[in-house]
Amino acid sequence: MSDNAHIAKYVLRLADDALVLGHRLSEWTSRAPFLEEDLALTNVALDFVGRARMYYQYAAELTGGGATEDTFAYTRDAREFSNLLLCELPRGDFAFSVVRQFLYDAFALPFLRELKGSSDQRLAGIAAKAEKESTYHLRRGKEWVLRLGDGTTESHQRMRQALDELWGYTHELFEVDALEEALIAEGIAVDPRTIRDEWQQTVTSVLIQATLPVPESSWSVQGGRTGYHTESLGYLLAELQFMQRAYPGLRW
Amino acid sequence: MSDHLQLYEVFIRSRRGLDHKHVGSLHADDPEQALEYARDVYTRRGEGVSIWVVASRDITASQESDCESFYDPLDDKPYRHAAMYELPEGVDSL
Repeated sequence: MSDNAHIAKYVLRLADDALVLGHRLSEWTSRAPFLEEDLALTNVALDFVGRARMYYQYAAELTGGGATEDTFAYTRDAREFSNLLLCELPRGDFAFSVVRQFLYDAFALPFLRELKGSSDQRLAGIAAKAEKESTYHLRRGKEWVLRLGDGTTESHQRMRQALDELWGYTHELFEVDALEEALIAEGIAVDPRTIRDEWQQTVTSVLIQATLPVPESSWSVQGGRTGYHTESLGYLLAELQFMQRAYPGLRW
Repeated sequence: MSDHLQLYEVFIRSRRGLDHKHVGSLHADDPEQALEYARDVYTRRGEGVSIWVVASRDITASQESDCESFYDPLDDKPYRHAAMYELPEGVDSL
């Protein structure tokens, strides 16, 4: 593989994370607990879709051959998507979405801060923009975890359950394969292992404050980066890609 | 959840040097959340550089029934308006 193809593959991972998570967030539009939160969640969803576009556009330039952002978003099957499994899990109840988002944002913020220092100028630029958004996302997330964790008996219970269901998916955040090893060595990719302590610290301190136990379960699932997904991604893509699949090249 | 929400009034300063203007209201659980929702609801198109939120219940407002005693007495005091006075020679505006 050429250098560009390597980088494109890495960029697509970041793009797929953003698109799939953004889509899950967008599923709350018109269904959030109240109007203000509905707008806020939709804003966050748009941040992620916007981020996905920047990554996909860059991946398209690296790939060449007439590829566009839409090629990646709308014409690849689940096996070709390389997002983290954490991002694709169905939105669940509100507690589940809050916990997923918090666990992810606590990772995204230090990740983007590191990516700003990438030797790849395009990635560094995207990271600089996204970092500001993630700072806000994490601020929102922390407050929701505190509010619901230290809220009513039912909200506390739902938060605990969401944490238990999600915890095993967080290990994948810190997995590194040969592709990433090579790009880390070149100073292009972020080494997620270097931000694990910070993630752990952020998550632990907020959970303790929220009177939620830090899960100790030892199970872990992975496979998203190599295209092995949960069945839910297929359904997500069916909805996301329907128009382009039914009417290829359709514009509006 | 929405049973616990409180109403907040939102004020936004659109540029440095201007004053905060009332733009609307929203529901939130606490002032911090109100500030964030104000950002999400009222500054989506870059409308502001500063936000104030105030719990609506903390606002003391004049009533419709106050109108007679508050404002009517001002109707016959034209000398309180600058337009009442003729400008001296050489003064263009007051």
